[in-house]
Amino acid sequence: MFDTLLSMNYEPFFLSFKLASITTFILFVLSIPLAWFLSQTSSKSKPMLEALTALPIVLPPSVIGFYILIALSQNSPIGSFFENTFGIKLVFNFTSLVIASCFYSLPFMVQPLQAGFENINKNILEASYIGGKSRFETLFKVALPNIKPAILTAIVVTFAHTVGEFGVVLMVGGSIPGETKVASVAIYEMVEIMDYSLAHRYSAIMLTMSFLVLLSVYIFNAKHKNKFAGIH
Amino acid sequence: MLSININKTLHGSSGEMDLDINIKIKEHDFVALTGESGSGKTTLLRTLAGLDDAKGKILLGNDVWLDSKINLAVQKRQIGFVFQDYALFENMNVEENLLFINKDKDLASKLLNITELSALKKRAVTTLSGGQKQRISLCRALMNRPKLLLMDEPLSALDPKMREKLQNEILILHKEFKTTTIMVSHDPSEIYKLSNRVIVLNKGKVINDGSPKDVLLKTTGSAKFSFEGKLLEIIKADVIYIAVISIGQQIVEVAVSQEEMKNLTIGNTVNLSTKAFTPNIK
Repeated sequence: MFDTLLSMNYEPFFLSFKLASITTFILFVLSIPLAWFLSQTSSKSKPMLEALTALPIVLPPSVIGFYILIALSQNSPIGSFFENTFGIKLVFNFTSLVIASCFYSLPFMVQPLQAGFENINKNILEASYIGGKSRFETLFKVALPNIKPAILTAIVVTFAHTVGEFGVVLMVGGSIPGETKVASVAIYEMVEIMDYSLAHRYSAIMLTMSFLVLLSVYIFNAKHKNKFAGIH
Repeated sequence: MLSININKTLHGSSGEMDLDINIKIKEHDFVALTGESGSGKTTLLRTLAGLDDAKGKILLGNDVWLDSKINLAVQKRQIGFVFQDYALFENMNVEENLLFINKDKDLASKLLNITELSALKKRAVTTLSGGQKQRISLCRALMNRPKLLLMDEPLSALDPKMREKLQNEILILHKEFKTTTIMVSHDPSEIYKLSNRVIVLNKGKVINDGSPKDVLLKTTGSAKFSFEGKLLEIIKADVIYIAVISIGQQIVEVAVSQEEMKNLTIGNTVNLSTKAFTPNIK
């Protein structure tokens, strides 16, 4: 049992986690200002931005993958710019997976953060402004520290969702071992060549890890809630 | 001198309403702002703080806070504001809540001393009682040494005993820090104790403005004393009727004749007064 586990090729898993870590980091940095803006604004552009942000939830991954492929290919202005200026190809490599994942997982980062910001008592933010603090300082010293459960949820769900993506990755990255062949794609290939025993092992690992990650988030959030529901 | 001359259309629960306020408030005054809910009290405070927009002019001394060209940002008005729901920063302990506004440790410990909170300064604010939280909120509002202190029903969520304690502290702090203070309140005894001027708003307009004595005392003509209450019930008892009236926290019964009864409607506010008799007070 252990021998088979030890001799297994874990590269697709490492690739999946590398991709998920980088995507989560990039999205966290980009989503904080976006979610903060969406939570505080009453401008007419808000529903438009919210709809755009939520699109990846409802679109088939193949549609997202198709558009990204078109946008980043050598024939597109973006693709040819990067190829000519930096000598970087934007499709069928790891970079393209990161770009695609950032689009695909965007709502999973933005929405929990936005909900967290919207749930903060407005008076707390106003108390900070009245105390002379800028919006920027209020965001980092008051708003973010008060939405820790939402931050954790956003990070974990984005990470898990990126690990679990399949369609977009396959379309934009293909299945190049060590470059774009992530765990979900590897499992798909195993099933195609009818290597069910390996597919079973990979799938079981994915299932267990995903469950444990989600379980720990829910445990943390429950504890956090109890802490704040203390004596009043 | 704080001069306020503002106009703003509000979209309240009872449709559109014009908030139209033109008042001047002397330095170091303690003004109580009262009136029915939806009369524009909170909006007036928020406009003074710079949290809401309005048309018109607001001047504090020679500083222009609002006119046709200027709308000074909330951060630059250097006011103190106490919210009804405390609005403390829950990620910080008691002392940090104060120091976040201003790093002046001496001022923070002075304020915590006056409000008897020094022993709690390292405590998480979520573990404190309502009265303690509101005192922290009050201390925090004074960390900027504001010229203007605004309080939106600061004590209405607290029990009567705690209220009285905080009223004293508010008065001490108002005098110590020489602020001009505007407080929204519905409690006549609180208004009488703290303020030297009462402004009553109704539907966005000032309908009464004067000393607490002039505004709050309901006695008219030769009445010796008079209470305002709510008529709860009229019970027929033989040839007369008994009116049950709630006054403050108490229920009283008053005998009324059939003639008098005709003018009374259950649920209305009534005025109960008496002339020529000597009350016994024990």
